[in-house]
Formats: sequence, structure tokens, C-alpha cells
Amino acid sequence: MPSPPHALGPATTSIFDRDRAYRLHPKVALRPERFGALAYSYETRRLSLLKDLDLVSVVRSLADHPSADAALNIVPAAKRPAVERALARLVETGFVRERH
Amino acid sequence: MSVTDTAGVTGTAMAGRVSASRSLQDELLRGLDAPICLTWEWTYACNLACVHCLSSSGRRDPRELTTAQMRSVVDQLADMQVFYVNVGGGEPMTRSDFFEVLEYSVDHGVGVKFSTNGGMITPEKARRLASLDYVDVQISLDGADAMTNDPVRGSGSYDRARTAMDHLAAAGFGAFKLSVVVTRHNVSQLDSFEMLARDYGAELRVTRLRPSGRGRDSWSQLHPTAAQQRDLHSWLLARPNVLTGDSFFHLAAYGQALPGLNLCGAGRVVCLIDPVGDVYACPFALHDHFRAGSVLDSGGFAAVWRGSELFTELREPGSAGACTSCGHYDACQGGCMAAKFFTGLPVDGPDPECVLGHGEAALAAVNAASLPTVDNDHSRNDHSRRRMLPLSVLR
Repeated sequence: MPSPPHALGPATTSIFDRDRAYRLHPKVALRPERFGALAYSYETRRLSLLKDLDLVSVVRSLADHPSADAALNIVPAAKRPAVERALARLVETGFVRERH
Repeated sequence: MSVTDTAGVTGTAMAGRVSASRSLQDELLRGLDAPICLTWEWTYACNLACVHCLSSSGRRDPRELTTAQMRSVVDQLADMQVFYVNVGGGEPMTRSDFFEVLEYSVDHGVGVKFSTNGGMITPEKARRLASLDYVDVQISLDGADAMTNDPVRGSGSYDRARTAMDHLAAAGFGAFKLSVVVTRHNVSQLDSFEMLARDYGAELRVTRLRPSGRGRDSWSQLHPTAAQQRDLHSWLLARPNVLTGDSFFHLAAYGQALPGLNLCGAGRVVCLIDPVGDVYACPFALHDHFRAGSVLDSGGFAAVWRGSELFTELREPGSAGACTSCGHYDACQGGCMAAKFFTGLPVDGPDPECVLGHGEAALAAVNAASLPTVDNDHSRNDHSRRRMLPLSVLR
């Protein structure tokens, strides 16, 4: 049976914690674009627009780092708060999930 | 996709609705590497003959893509990471290889949302659909009762759509979509549609009537009045969960935009592949004027999407026109290109349903002889093109 399209709100209510380990949700695909990437969740049918190339690099490398904080180290300091907020939003909406 | 542009770096979106910040909107206007929202019509054959059919469907075209060619298109879309396609027609279920191509597509990571009149959804087919992941179904209904629906979609079509909805519910399909084209005659039934969708656990999707295809002939009798448009805008603002396919962005000029990208995505984030493989700028623009190429050309769909002259032109910043001097241009961006074209208005002029009334004045000045010719007509016979008489019962 197809997954319901979850039109009514965020897919999950996960709270981002920079000290934990994360990975892209296995049912999410990333497509490179000039401005960053498009992410699509085959599970929730949600589309997300990642508007920053550093954010895309962070998301792609999450699985290789022991924590989100470590993955975020590649981001220039001035931009880091914005990228971290964006990552938190991706966790809240289920595009990125905690890795155990 | 309801894109809330939260952190300034991401925007999230529900498939079907996207909203975006200004800077992201500018990026999207320059085009994407692959469409977000690709409509793929699988056949011109249809068991109905709706008076507003965008593609003037009825008869199958002998040049329609073969099963092998359909698979090749799926392969191309998968390579480009097109996440899903909106499949329509005609009635896609009239293709004998419907399930074969459907399953091939979802197996290759290209999800399918298909629009159907429901007439061919038997209990068995409903169960088969329910067994497939990544398939969404949209049942079209243009009246909350047969009296309103059938003059537009054909005798018996209301009952058949309801039967299809019953079969999907019985098969445990889950949340399908109930898809309504808003007309002068059904706009007062939006609450009823909402209840009907709720009864089935379905989502309601309402879209704009376009003067394309057979809609060219029926639009003036069917499109909502100015007062109805204003009510519709308020109704939709109060219901952000009702899907609109971003089709009412011209209403943003009332002062508040609906959830969505709020731009004309033609050739930028949207396009259409027709049943013979021709690629058009958008699903409402099945006309030579908006034909960009064919998936059968060397280079296939990717070459058309990335390099065709038409799409390159559409991605350039808008040219100056009557509308750019209007204080509301940033909100509505001049409205729908196809709606202007098929009503004989200049593409840089007002939308025929401009909420400030500029469209009505412009329409009055259009010379009927200068209207674009209808090409690509697959109506079953002259009768279905002139089938406007039954609409009089709605008055």
C-alpha cells in the first residue's frame, strides 16, 4: 500500500542535536542543482530545496562523521549558523535521520 | 509542495506544492537541471469527452509511443533523477500496457501520480494499484453531484468516478486525491467537495480552468466570475492543506499569495511530454507555438529540457510588457502564459482573469479571427467539439 502523502504537517518531530550522528534518510534522493540540490522523499512525497552548496556537502558527508558537529566543520564560520538551522529543519522534516 | 523557506538555506516542499523565498524563486525562474513537475500524457485515447479537456483528447494517435519507447523515456527520466511524473492523457488506463509501464517506472525510482476519470478502475485494478508503492491516484470530478458534473464530463461520469473511489477505499489504497477543476458552476460546492474527500480519507485538489484544448471553446461559459474568484481566494487561504498544483498564482495580486511557488513554471520547473513524445512548455500549452522538441530527437528528453531554443528563451528574464508597469506585477508575474495565448491576449499582457480586471478589458479588444488555431485535436468527432449545449442546463 502506498505511503500516505502526509499533507498535514512535518513527517516527524525529531529534534536536532549537533552532538549526535545522522545520515540522509534511506528513502530520500538528492539531485544536484546549480544553487545546491533538490531532495525528494519517496516516503512522504516531500520535496526540499537545499539552497546552499556547503549544506549539500554536509548532508552528503553526515554518514561519514561521528556527529553532525563534525560534519559541519567544513562550513565557514560566518555561514555555519544558517547551515546548522537548515540541517535542523531537515532533521525535523525527516529528510535526515539519526544514525545509531 | 508547501515550501516553507525556513532557515534561509532550505525550503521544504510537499510534492505538488512548493513555496519559495524571493531568491529561490529567482533561481527557479532560471530553470533546473531537470523538471520538478513533469506531466507525461500517455495517450490521447479517452472514454470520456469532457468539454474542457486540455488536450482535446478522444482518439488514440497512431504515432503514440510504443511500450519500448515508453520504457526508454522512463530510463531517461531516471537518469535525470526526475523523482516522479504526473501521468495523464486522455485516459491513461486505456493503454493496454498501463500497468507494465507504471510498474517499470516505479521500479526505476520514477514515482507516478496519475490522473484518471476512474471509469476503468475495477475492484481488481484498485487492488493492484493499492499493492504498488510510489503510485498516487487522482480521480477527476467537476461537480459535487451528477447534475453539476455530468454536463461537463459526460453522462454517467459522476457515478463512475464515485464507484472508482469506492473501489479504491475497499482495496485499502489509502489517501488518493479528488481533483476538481474550478468552474462557475461548481465553485459554490467547494465545501461539499471537501466533505466528500474527507469521507473517503482523500485529499482535495482544486485547479484552475484553462482555455486550452476544448477548453478554448468552453472557457468563456465555465470560468469563475470575478466575484467567485475573490471568494475562491479567501476559501483557499483558509485551507492551506487543499492542494492547488500552484495553479492559482494569479490570485496573489489580491494581496496575499497562496502556498506554492507562485510563478509560471513553464519550461523552468514544469513541462509536458505528450503521447507521441513531443515536449511542450507546460500541460496547458499543447500547441505548436510551445513545442520545444521530442523525446525521440537525438539527445532525447534531456537535450530538449536543457538546450531547446524555446526553454532557453522562457528562462530568460521577462521582457517588458503592459504588465511590468503594474504595481502588482511582482505578485502575479503576469499570470498564466497559456491562458493568455489561447484567449488571444499578448503573452506580456494581463492574464484573462487578472484580479484587477485588466484582463476583461483586454479580452473585449481581441479580434476572434486572431485567436490561435486549434491544432493537435484528437476529439472523437465534430460532435464532441460542439457539445456545448448541455452546459445550458447549468444556468
